[in-house]
Amino acid sequence: MSRRGLGLWLLFGVPIAVFVVWALWDNHTLFLKTFLNGLTLASLYFLVASGFTLVFGLMRNVNLAHGSLYLIGAYVGWYVGEHTGSWVLAVFAGFLAAAVLGLLMQLLIFRHMQGQDLRQTLVTIGLSIVLADIALWIWGAEIYTFDPPSWIYGSTTLPLVNKFPTYRIFVFVASVVIGVGLWLMLARTRVGMMIRAGVDDRGMLAASGVNVQRVFALTFAIGAGLAGLAGVVGGTALSISPGEDTRYLLASLVVVIVGGMGSVVGAAIGALLIGLAEQFGLAYAPTYSVVFTFVIMVVALAFKPRGLMGKNA
Amino acid sequence: MSAAKWRRAMNSSATATDLSRASRGTPVLHAATTQPTGASAQAPAETWSRSRTALRAIGWRHAVVLAFVLAYPFFATPFFTFQIGAQALALGLVGLSLTFLGGYGGMVSLAQMTVAGFAAYMLAIFGSSSNAAISLGWPWWLALVVAVGLATLVAAGIGWLSVRTEGIYTIMITLAVGVAFFYLAQQNYTVFNGFQGFSKVSPPVLFGVDFRSPMAFYFVVLACSLAGYFGVKHLIRAPFGIALQGIRDNPRRMQALGFNVTAHRVAAYAVAGFLAAVGGVLMVWYNNRISPGTLGIGAMINILIIAVLGGMKHPIGAFVGAIVFVLLQNFAIDLVDRERFNLVIGGVFLAIVLFSPDGLLGLWQALRNRVGKSVSPTRGAGRIHR
Repeated sequence: MSRRGLGLWLLFGVPIAVFVVWALWDNHTLFLKTFLNGLTLASLYFLVASGFTLVFGLMRNVNLAHGSLYLIGAYVGWYVGEHTGSWVLAVFAGFLAAAVLGLLMQLLIFRHMQGQDLRQTLVTIGLSIVLADIALWIWGAEIYTFDPPSWIYGSTTLPLVNKFPTYRIFVFVASVVIGVGLWLMLARTRVGMMIRAGVDDRGMLAASGVNVQRVFALTFAIGAGLAGLAGVVGGTALSISPGEDTRYLLASLVVVIVGGMGSVVGAAIGALLIGLAEQFGLAYAPTYSVVFTFVIMVVALAFKPRGLMGKNA
Repeated sequence: MSAAKWRRAMNSSATATDLSRASRGTPVLHAATTQPTGASAQAPAETWSRSRTALRAIGWRHAVVLAFVLAYPFFATPFFTFQIGAQALALGLVGLSLTFLGGYGGMVSLAQMTVAGFAAYMLAIFGSSSNAAISLGWPWWLALVVAVGLATLVAAGIGWLSVRTEGIYTIMITLAVGVAFFYLAQQNYTVFNGFQGFSKVSPPVLFGVDFRSPMAFYFVVLACSLAGYFGVKHLIRAPFGIALQGIRDNPRRMQALGFNVTAHRVAAYAVAGFLAAVGGVLMVWYNNRISPGTLGIGAMINILIIAVLGGMKHPIGAFVGAIVFVLLQNFAIDLVDRERFNLVIGGVFLAIVLFSPDGLLGLWQALRNRVGKSVSPTRGAGRIHR
C-alpha cells in the first residue's frame, strides 16, 4: 500500500504543489483570497453535509429533501429575522424549523418504511418537489438577503490579503466550532456513543436495549436542524432564492460521496476539497469550475469507492 | 429471500411466455423440472414451438392497444397527436430505459435524462442547427448514428462509475453526475452554447414526407417506442436479461456462479443508455431545440416520476406513466393554478410511492386480484426494493 499510496500522493500532490507555487508567485493576493473564500464555502458545505452524512450513516436514508430543509430553514430564519430584527434569533429559528420538519418526516413517514432504502429515497424526492413548490408559493421567486449583526459586519484587515469580510471569517470559525462540537458529542457523550453504535450495527444496538427509534428521531432532528442553520448562515453569506436547495443538495451529495458516507470527519475533508476546488475553479478557470468538482468525485470513486473516510461495511 | 427469489426469477423468466398465459395461478416453482432441449437436431422443432408460444402470448388486449395506437392520429386532433401522443411516447422511451435499469437491473439511475440530453446535444452539434458556428452540419443520418453511439458510450461510462458502489449509492452518484453535466452545459459556451443551447434541430424531410408534421412524427416515435418495448421484453427473457435479474437479486451468488457482475451491470447501463439516447433524439426533434433546462434536475426527476408512476415491474409501466404525466402536465392547469403543477405532480408521486410502491400497474394488479382471485402476482418476478 505504501508504494501505491506514495505514487498517488505524487500523482496528485505534485501538480497541485506546482500550481500553488505558480499562483503565489503570480498573484499572491488573488490566491490567498480565493483560498479564504474556498474555506468559507467549505464551511457552509460542511454544515449542510454533516447532517446529511449523519442521517445516512445511521438510517441508511438518502435524504434528498436535505436541500429543501436548508431552504425552508433559511426562509423561516429570514421571516423571524425580519420581524424581530435579531440575526441570532433568526439562526435559532432556522435551526428549529428545519429540526421540527425533519423530526416530523422521520416520525410520520420514514419510521414506517424502515429498511426500504429505495422507497425512502423516492419519498424524499417527492417531498423535495412538494416542499420546493410550497416554498415558492409562500415566499415567491424573489431573492432574499440577511443583514448580519454589526459586530461581524464589515471587513477585517488580514496580513497579505488586505481586507476580507469579517462575516466570512466568522462562518469559518462557527463551522469549526460546530464541527468540533459535533465530534465531541459523537465521541464523548452517551448519545453519541449510541449513534456511533447504530452506524456500525443497528440490530445489535436495538438488541442491547436502546430505544433505537428515539436515537433515530434525535439524529434526524440534529441533521435537519444543521441544514436549517446552514440555511440562515449561508443565506447571510450569499443569498436565498428558489434553486438554492438543489445547489446545496448537490454539494452535500458530492461532499459525502467524496468524503465517505456516515463519517463526520469525511464530510469535513470532502467539504474542504470541494469548496476549495470550486472557488479556485471560479477564480482560475471560470467555465470549468463544475468540472473540477466532478473530476474530484470521479477520482475519489475510482480509487476509493466508499469515499476517503468510508468504511467497508 | 435470495435463494428462493433468485430461482423463481430464473424460472419465471425462462418460461414466462408459457406460464403467464397457460397456467395462471399455478405455482411457478414446478417448472424447474422442465428439460432443457439442447441438441441441435431439435432446433427447428424448438423454433416452431417457440414461435407458437410467442404467438399465444399475444392476447386480445395487446391487439386492442396496438390497433388503438395505430388508429390514434387519424381521429385525434394534431394537438393530441403531437403534444400528447408523441411527447408521451418519447418520454416513455426514456422512462423505459430507467425501468429496464431499475426494475430488471436493480440500479435506479437518475442520469437517464442526462444521457438523453447528451444525445440531443450531440445531434445538434454534429448535425445542423441555427448556430452555424458550432454545428458541424453533417448529414442527419451520420449525426444521428454518432449521437446515439456517443451517448451509449457515455452511459456505459456513467455505469462504470456508479457500479463501483452499490444499491442506494447509485442514485446519489447518478444524480451528482447528471447535475454536474447540467451545470457544464449551462456554463460552457464553446461546445454546448451555454444557457441558450441550440434551436432549429429539425427532423429530416425524407421521401417527400416532412417528419416535422404531427402525424409523420407520431409514427416515427411510435415505431421507436414499439421497437424499444419489444426489444426490452425480448431482452429480459434472453440469457443476458435473466443473468441481470439474477444479479439484481443476489450479486454475490451470481459472482460465485462465474458471471462477471460488473460487466453485466455496465452492459445494462449501455443498453439503457441506447434507449435513452433514442428517446433524447426524438425529444430534440419534438422540441425543435435543446437547452440546459431540458436536462436539469427537474427533468431528471420527471423521468423517475414517470417510471415509478407507471410501475417498474413491467416495461409497459413507463409508457403508462408517461401518458399520465403528460396528461397531468397539460391539463393540471385547468384543475389548479398554472404555477402549481409541481405541487400536483409531486403530490401524485408521493401518494404513489407511499401507498402503491408498484405504481399504477400495481394498483391495476391489486384491483384485478380483488375482482378475480385467480391472477398470479408473480409477473415480472421480484421487486425493485429488496
